[in-house]
Amino acid sequence: MANGENGINKFFRSFGFYVLLIVGAFIMIVPFLWMISTSLKNSGATMVFPPEFIPSEPTTENYQEVTGQFPMMRFLWNSLLVAVLSTIGQIIFSAMAGYAFARMQFKGRDKIFLLYLATMMVPTQVTMIPQFILMKEFGWLDTYQAMIVPTMFAVFGTFLMRQAMLSIPRELEEAAFMDGASHFRVFLNVCMPLIKPMIATLGIFTFMQSWNNFLWPLIVVSSRDLATLPLGLSLLQGRWGTDWGLMMSGVVISIVPILAVYLFAQKYFIQGMTMSGMKE
Amino acid sequence: MVGMTKKKTLFWLCIFLLPNLLGFLIFIGAPILASLVISFTNWDLVSSLQFTGIDNYIRLVQDPEFWRAFRNTFLFIFGYLPLVMIFGLAAALLLNKPMKLRAFFRATYFLPVITSWVAVSLVWKWLYNPNYGLINYLLSLIGITGPQWLNDPSTAMIGIILASAWKDTGFVMVLFLGGLQTISPSYYEAASIDGASKLRQLLSITIPLLAPTTFFVTIISLINSFQVFDQVMIMTEGGPGGSTTVMVQNIYNYAFRYFEMGYAAAMSWALFIVIFIFTYIQMKFQDKGAV
Repeated sequence: MANGENGINKFFRSFGFYVLLIVGAFIMIVPFLWMISTSLKNSGATMVFPPEFIPSEPTTENYQEVTGQFPMMRFLWNSLLVAVLSTIGQIIFSAMAGYAFARMQFKGRDKIFLLYLATMMVPTQVTMIPQFILMKEFGWLDTYQAMIVPTMFAVFGTFLMRQAMLSIPRELEEAAFMDGASHFRVFLNVCMPLIKPMIATLGIFTFMQSWNNFLWPLIVVSSRDLATLPLGLSLLQGRWGTDWGLMMSGVVISIVPILAVYLFAQKYFIQGMTMSGMKE
Repeated sequence: MVGMTKKKTLFWLCIFLLPNLLGFLIFIGAPILASLVISFTNWDLVSSLQFTGIDNYIRLVQDPEFWRAFRNTFLFIFGYLPLVMIFGLAAALLLNKPMKLRAFFRATYFLPVITSWVAVSLVWKWLYNPNYGLINYLLSLIGITGPQWLNDPSTAMIGIILASAWKDTGFVMVLFLGGLQTISPSYYEAASIDGASKLRQLLSITIPLLAPTTFFVTIISLINSFQVFDQVMIMTEGGPGGSTTVMVQNIYNYAFRYFEMGYAAAMSWALFIVIFIFTYIQMKFQDKGAV
C-alpha cells in the first residue's frame, strides 16, 4: 500500500520533471524554429496576423535572393578564414610560450608571467581604441590582417597552455633529453601529444570567439567584401531591415556552419565555454 | 660543454617565447599604456596630440550621458543577473540526474550559447515585432495586448534583458552542472535514509554546497554583463531615446562615431574601474576560501 502511493508520487514527480524539462527545451528551440519558418515565407506571408507556424506556401526564394544580392558565401568564407587562421596562430604562439613558461628556467620568468596575468583584468574595451590606432598606423585598416593578427595573441590562451604543460611529468622529458633530443623535439613529440585535449578545447573556444566576434570587425573593416558573418548580418539589417524573411534566411545561413561543428564536437564546445568562464 | 648547453637553451627560449612576448607587448601591453595616456588628451585622430590633464575625467563625472549609460548598464544587470542565475540553476538541477535524452536536452539548452549575438539579436528583434512578432501574438492568445517592446523606451531594456537571459541560460547551466558534480552522492543517500524530502534536500544540501559555484558564476556573469554591447547595438543601437545606451555603446559612439578618442579612452577606464572592483571582491573572497 505504502509502496503503491510512493509509486504514484514518483510517477507524478517524474512527470512534472519531464514537463518542466520539455517546456524549457521548447523555449530554447522555438526562436530557432520561428527563424526557419520565417525564412521560408515570402515577404507577404511574414506580415500576416495571426502568423503561420508552418508556411502554407513554403519557398526558398529568400535564400536565392539573399545569396544573389548579398555576398553571403563571401561572408562565410571570410569568417572561416579569419577564425581558422587566428585559432591556428593562437594555438601555436600560446603553446610555445606556455612551454617556455612551464618547462624552461630563465631569469624574470615569473615576473613576465605575472605581467601577462595582470593584463587579464583589463577589459577589451580599454585596448580597442589604441589597437584601432595601431591598425591605422600599420596601414591595416580594412584588411584581413587586422582581423587575424592581433587575435593570435591572447593571455588567456597562454595561461591555459602553461597550465597544461605544467601537468606533464618531468621524467618524460628528462628521458627525451637524455636521448639527445632538443627542446623543439621535446615540445613537439613529448609535450604536444600529451596536451591534445586541452589544445582541442582552446581551439574550439578561440574559433567560436572569432566566429562570433562582432565589435572588432565592426571597428577595423569598412568594405563589404571583407565582412565576416556577424558584420555581414548587421549590414543586411541596414539594407533590408524590414524584410524579415530575407533577414532570417541570412541568419540561418550564418548559423548552420557553427551548428555542424557543434554537433560533432559538443564535448569540446562545452569545455571551451566553461573555460571562458574561468577567464574572468 | 656546459656553456654550450646554456647558449642552446637561450636560443630555444628566444624561439619559444619571443613571438608570443612581442605580440603581447604590441597588441596588449602597449595598447593598455597608450589608452591610459590617450585618456589624458583631447585627441580626435586628426589634430596633434594635446594633453589636457584630467579634463576628460572631470567631464565624465559631470556628463549626464555617461551617468545615463552607467545607470542603464546597472539596470540591465539587475534584470539580467537574477534571471540568468535562476534559469541556469533550474536547468542544471533538471539535467543533473541520469535520464533518457539527457544529451539531447543539454544540447538544446546550449544551442543559443554557440549562436552569435548578432544572429540571436536579429531573431529576437523579429520575435519582438509589435505587429507581426511571435511574442505579441502569443500574448494576444491570452488576451494581453503586447507592448511595443524595442520601440518603447519603457520596455526596450526589458526586451534586451529577456533575450540576453535566454541566450546565456545554457552557459550558466553548464557552470552549475560542473558545480553539482562536486557534491558527493553520499549526502543525498544519508538524507534519504533520514526521510528528508527532495525539497528539503535541495534547500539543505544542494544550495549550501553549491555556494562556491554560485558565487563564481555570479561574478563571471556580472563582469560579462558590464561589457554588454552586441545585442544592444543590433536590437536598438542604444535607443529609443537613449533608454538602452549602455557603457560600451557609449564608448563605441564616442570613439568610432564622434572620434573623441581621449574622452572615449577615459570612459573605458571608468568601465575598467567598475569591473576591477568586482574582480577584486572575487579574489578577496576566493583567497579567504570564504563562502
